Formats: sequence, structure tokens, C-alpha cells
Amino acid sequence: MPDGSSTVPGTMLQRFRDGDLDAFEALFREHQRPVYGWILRIVRNAAAAEDLTVETFWRIHRAHDRFQPEYPFGPWARRIATRAALDWLRAQRPEVELTAEMAGALPSASKGNPGIAAEIRSKTALAFSRLPPSLRAAAVLAVVEEQPHKEVAAALGITVGAVKLRVFRALRLLRKDLEMQGITP
Amino acid sequence: MNAHDENRIKQLLKQALPPVELNAEPERDLWPAVLHKLDADAAQRHAVPWFDWALLGGLAVFAVSFPATIPVFLYYL
Repeated sequence: MPDGSSTVPGTMLQRFRDGDLDAFEALFREHQRPVYGWILRIVRNAAAAEDLTVETFWRIHRAHDRFQPEYPFGPWARRIATRAALDWLRAQRPEVELTAEMAGALPSASKGNPGIAAEIRSKTALAFSRLPPSLRAAAVLAVVEEQPHKEVAAALGITVGAVKLRVFRALRLLRKDLEMQGITP
Repeated sequence: MNAHDENRIKQLLKQALPPVELNAEPERDLWPAVLHKLDADAAQRHAVPWFDWALLGGLAVFAVSFPATIPVFLYYL
């Protein structure tokens, strides 16, 4: 889904817009994996990402008559997925926030530098979990996942400049939090 | 915060939260869960809210208790 391209023909998109369940299933089959991956990047919790993928496609189905078939399905789905993920982050209580253990349990492309002290990793994860959800999402997508700012902006429904500002604010808050925990970056 | 600090924080963040692998996928087929949610939503949409039943019951009790008011109600409908 990164480029929003789709192998689903335009007639299928039109049928989905008209409420055809088979067309919706075809779109689901094609997009469930990228939508799940996108949500997982934001919430960093595999079980929650599965539930939120279901929630996202439920929202997509409810909004089918607002979909415009002349535009690609992928970015539209990603915007809805991002909103669902942000709603989930906002609803989380501090005791179930992201921990270093949860971060380490994810299917990762690389497990990070084993030389880094576990304490620093843990404190960084803790500081990250204290960030406001909108800053967390921008920082994790743009910095950790290295997604293009343009795509992050489209998913969050903000401008590229606003993404850069959120990332900057997130990094500044992280530095302050780490300093308060006794870590000088 | 200078560029060096910014890069250092980015590095710490990447080490604390390793990126998710590109081909991550759910452990189960989520389509049945989506269908179940759609069905539950449809059933909920067609269900009559409890308040409506309570209102209807109240009106019925009132009509039985004070049958003389029925023509007045019908007049104003």
C-alpha cells in the first residue's frame, strides 16, 4: 500500500461504493495486510493491531458511500486506519502504555543494537509512551519507520510542515523526559 | 535542540523501538471478525431502543388507567 496502488479494477471500486459485499471482501483481501502493518507501526501491539484492522474495515464499510472511486483506495483506508489507531492510543491508560518489553516482542526488521543498555532502551520507550498520541504517531512513522513525510501527512490529515513540527516537538519532549530520568542524550 | 541532539534522540528512539518488519501480517484471518462486526452493527441498527419500549409501555398503562383521555390524545395526533 505504500504508493496507494491497487490491483482492484475501477469497476470493483464502484461496486464497493454501491455497497456490494463481494467487492468489499475483495478490497479487504487485498488491503488487510498493509492496513494491519500500518496500524501495527503506530500502536506497536499485535493484538490491538488486529482488532483495529477489523475496526478500520468496519468504518470503511460504513463510509462506503462517501468513497470516491476515481481516487485510490489505499490512502483512503490508511487515513481511516490512522484515525482508528489514534483513537486507541488516546483511550489507553498509563498502565497499559507501550513498554520496552512490548516493543521488543514485535516482529521487527532489526532487533536494534544489542550493545545499547537495556535501561536506556526502557527509559526511552517509557518517555515515548508519555508523548501525546498525535506526536507519537508522527514520530514513530517518520523517524522509526522512516515513512515519507508526504505519506505521514496524508495519513494524519495534516501538512508536511505540520508533520515536521510534530516530529520536532516529539524529539524535544523526549529529550526533556530523558534528562529528567537522568539520561543526557 | 541542535542537529546533533536531534540525531542522537532519533537514534535512541530507533534502538528503543525497532521498526516493524515490512511483511508483518495478522496471525488469523480477520474477515470473519469483520463480517461479525457488520452483522452486529446491522442488528443493533434495526433494534428498537429500550427507551422506546418504555415509552410505549407507559402510554399503554396510562391509556388503560385513564381511558377517557384516549379521544383527547387522538384529537391532538
